[in-house]
Amino acid sequence: MLIKLTGGTVYDPTNGIDGQKQDIYIQDGRIVAAAPADLPIDREYDLNGKVVMSGAIDLHTHIGGGKGNISRTLLPEDHRMDPVARTAITRSGNGHAMPSTYVTGYRYAEMGYTAAFEPAVLPVNARQAHMEMADIPILDKGGYVMLGSDDFLLRMLTAKKDQNAINDYVAWTLQAAKGIGIKVVNAGGINAFKFNQRKLDLDEKNSHYDVTPRQILQTLSRAVKELGLTHPLHVHGCNLGVPGNIETTLNTIQGIEGLPLHLTHIQFHSYGKEGDYKFSSGAAQIAEAINRNKNITADVGQVLFGQTVTASGDSMRQHYNHRFASPNKWVCMDIECDAGCGIVPFKYRDQNFVNALQWAIGLEIFLLVEDPWRIFLTTDHPNGAPFMSYPHLIRLLMDKSFRNDMLATIHPDAQKMTTLASIDREYSFREIAILTRAGAARIIGLKDRGALSPGNWADITVYTENADRQAMFSKPDYVFKDGELVVKDGEVVHVKWGTTHVVRPDFDKSIEQDLQKYFDRFLTMKLGNFKISDDEITEDGRGSITVHPLKERA
Amino acid sequence: MIEITEVPSPFCGIGTDDLIIQVEGDALKVKANGCAVNTPAFELPVTDTQPRVNGQPVSLETAVTRAAELLSNTRQPLFGGCATDVNGMRTLLSLADRTGGVVDNIAFNFARRNLLALQDTGWMNTTLAELKNRCDVLLIVGVDLEGFAPRFFERYLWNAESMHLSDTGSREIIYLGKAPSGSASTSPAGRPATVLPCADADLPDVAGVLSALVKGKVLQTQTVAGLAIADLQAIIDKFRAAKYGVICWGAAALAFDQAELTVQALCSVVKDINTQGARCSGFPLGGREGDQTANQVCGWTTGYPARVSFARGYPEYDPYLFETASMLNNNEADVLFWVQTFNTNQPPQTALPTIVLGRSGMTFAKEPDVFIPVGTPGIDHAGSAYRLDNVVAIRLKKLRDSGLPSTAQVLTAIEQLLQVSSC
Repeated sequence: MLIKLTGGTVYDPTNGIDGQKQDIYIQDGRIVAAAPADLPIDREYDLNGKVVMSGAIDLHTHIGGGKGNISRTLLPEDHRMDPVARTAITRSGNGHAMPSTYVTGYRYAEMGYTAAFEPAVLPVNARQAHMEMADIPILDKGGYVMLGSDDFLLRMLTAKKDQNAINDYVAWTLQAAKGIGIKVVNAGGINAFKFNQRKLDLDEKNSHYDVTPRQILQTLSRAVKELGLTHPLHVHGCNLGVPGNIETTLNTIQGIEGLPLHLTHIQFHSYGKEGDYKFSSGAAQIAEAINRNKNITADVGQVLFGQTVTASGDSMRQHYNHRFASPNKWVCMDIECDAGCGIVPFKYRDQNFVNALQWAIGLEIFLLVEDPWRIFLTTDHPNGAPFMSYPHLIRLLMDKSFRNDMLATIHPDAQKMTTLASIDREYSFREIAILTRAGAARIIGLKDRGALSPGNWADITVYTENADRQAMFSKPDYVFKDGELVVKDGEVVHVKWGTTHVVRPDFDKSIEQDLQKYFDRFLTMKLGNFKISDDEITEDGRGSITVHPLKERA
Repeated sequence: MIEITEVPSPFCGIGTDDLIIQVEGDALKVKANGCAVNTPAFELPVTDTQPRVNGQPVSLETAVTRAAELLSNTRQPLFGGCATDVNGMRTLLSLADRTGGVVDNIAFNFARRNLLALQDTGWMNTTLAELKNRCDVLLIVGVDLEGFAPRFFERYLWNAESMHLSDTGSREIIYLGKAPSGSASTSPAGRPATVLPCADADLPDVAGVLSALVKGKVLQTQTVAGLAIADLQAIIDKFRAAKYGVICWGAAALAFDQAELTVQALCSVVKDINTQGARCSGFPLGGREGDQTANQVCGWTTGYPARVSFARGYPEYDPYLFETASMLNNNEADVLFWVQTFNTNQPPQTALPTIVLGRSGMTFAKEPDVFIPVGTPGIDHAGSAYRLDNVVAIRLKKLRDSGLPSTAQVLTAIEQLLQVSSC
């Protein structure tokens, strides 16, 4: 099968293509440099006047795992307002804040996305995360495996086990839970909450273990580097949402001593405590720290106004936040000496000072971070807003007058506390393509996605240029997944199944002896029953596993 | 003859995965770590393996074709039972989506007592490993825990070692309502559980009093349901002093009207104790024979737990309207499609055309139009199933080659026939 995409205006930052007219050839699912001379073109699409990018990649979105399903179960009233009917080729479901799996896949694809990554895979819940993601059509997927509040690691750190032993444990967990990266959520804080600690600062010890969050971050970021993972340690910092937490965030950046670190939903960690409300923007300082420290990357976790649900592994902070639950119902769980979760429905209001300033802080960070390769477009779906709001967010970034019009409608005191009106920057197509494609693929370590290079899988999105960027990015003309047309005019026309991206770092097998003893003494399942086999992902005939290369092991 | 170790059970709900099972042909024998729930469930013999249409033995293909015919002529199919593994539930939902069916898990009326409380106010819950390693005070409300899961105490409370308790034998066990049926709750050193007995029907009052006491309300009575208020206050005090208190209940055992309000009262006690400065968690029982599995898979597929209708082309949830018994009684369905892979209990009696995917050995007062014996997940085929604590899905093993098809295989075959006929 040979497809030609003719005459599109291409934005492919990885290859330095910035709005040039270019033909693209797809042969058997992959991009080829030119049409083989002896093969006829089976299908040609005239893309003159169209904007062409690779398929978009969401590097942080809660699409699989227990807390998502609790969120769904908790909020039937939220689904009732957004039913999705079955069609000849698509399954029924429900949408809004935490859509059903099928609807998640269709709607992402209909916005031009072709891959999405679940950032909080609890090892003990990884089986569920993969089963849910297996029921998300069209998209490629993968997950970051959560460590840092698990008793096994904290016992190792307390016992001063050496870095190699920790690396073995991290690698073993990645393989057992089938992840592509490592995530830390409120390092050690979820564990500390089980001991009734209600807050945990960066240098505060767990009341039981002789360990601080800073040590956990340093040890795990070193493990990630030494194992050769491409994706840096993915960090949900301490003190999420706490006024004044900018100090913690800056301290985290300083304290990591140059090791690669990805700070996720950094908007929630960029708060000062100045002004009448004791709540202020720390965006300028955070952006400045990111600009200066090249080892740091971040995604924003933009807040957008409306009803959503916050679903997080951070049981400590979510328990505190339950007082803001709207509607007033919420769930917290302590989980299997492994982690925890908290689910709090939230309604962000533009006339609420704090919510309005959160909105402005996120945008300030987007606009003040200079290097588009080190900042990523997320709402931390569904925590800042459901992923369906991405086109609106893109318009806020690309269209200054629209942004200022919106700014003029929010809580007047919040308007006074943001510098947003004075920022002239408007994102270009090239920059949007970096944030949502090229940069994301690079930071996750996807070897053949996120760029239109020959040899890459043909995940391609085609838009009609429109001055209303929200309209433009809401409804692509075409989306190709692995070279197959899956979306036309913003609607799914064909359903296929993506792959699961993983890494498989080696480990010293003797770690399993320690783990076996630990499982038998303290946990509730056998080690052999804990590990996820490849079959579990591939046996339905739809799923597949793609293993990505590691950097040279340090 | 072979022996298989580390066998997980889909029957008991508590994720027991240390069974040793001897396999000889189709016969299973639990050699170690069995219990009154698991051993008979594993050892139930395979009797019939051949499908039947109108009572006559037929090939699987013929039975599947007949099932597809019955479904294609239907206007409101009802998929009941729904007792299967993750893949079985996935394919069942797919078939129901295609045919506009109603899906209702057999245990939903029990689960509803929890779900209504969850969907109204939420909860703070915990899982088995936290219980095993942390719980120093356990309050068991209205349920005979060892009757529910005979090995619960051995595995999760009287465990030899724990990470965060110096002596697991010093855990305090308190029963409220039903008294224990045996002595499993007596500590290894011989200390029996405290029992505050009352009738099931009085539990709403007792839970209400606990809820009031934790909020610091002054009560104008000295007793409730024959229990001294002072004794209930003592429970609250123990929870406030505990390192990690746990309140356990079993929704199935709360067999009285509006039991969800009792669940809600218990959940509010847990939340209040946490708000007041101590750690405490709830622990609902369940997870047996696919109930949690049905709710989880239906949850991610439709957004709702396992009582939904696809009649309008999209899923709708109603915890009352789509109940199997009421749909049958009110003539709201025109075919019953029953899936029960874990036991041989009969489907509900109905005059409607009936298709049954059941465990081998199922007998019927009235022969269904189609009966297809299917494999039991975790015995005849591999699969995944959820434990009671919602977080952990266990990977079930295939133990023998009985030739029985999986639920997923049969349902996929039926749906493929429907797909062809609708093209």
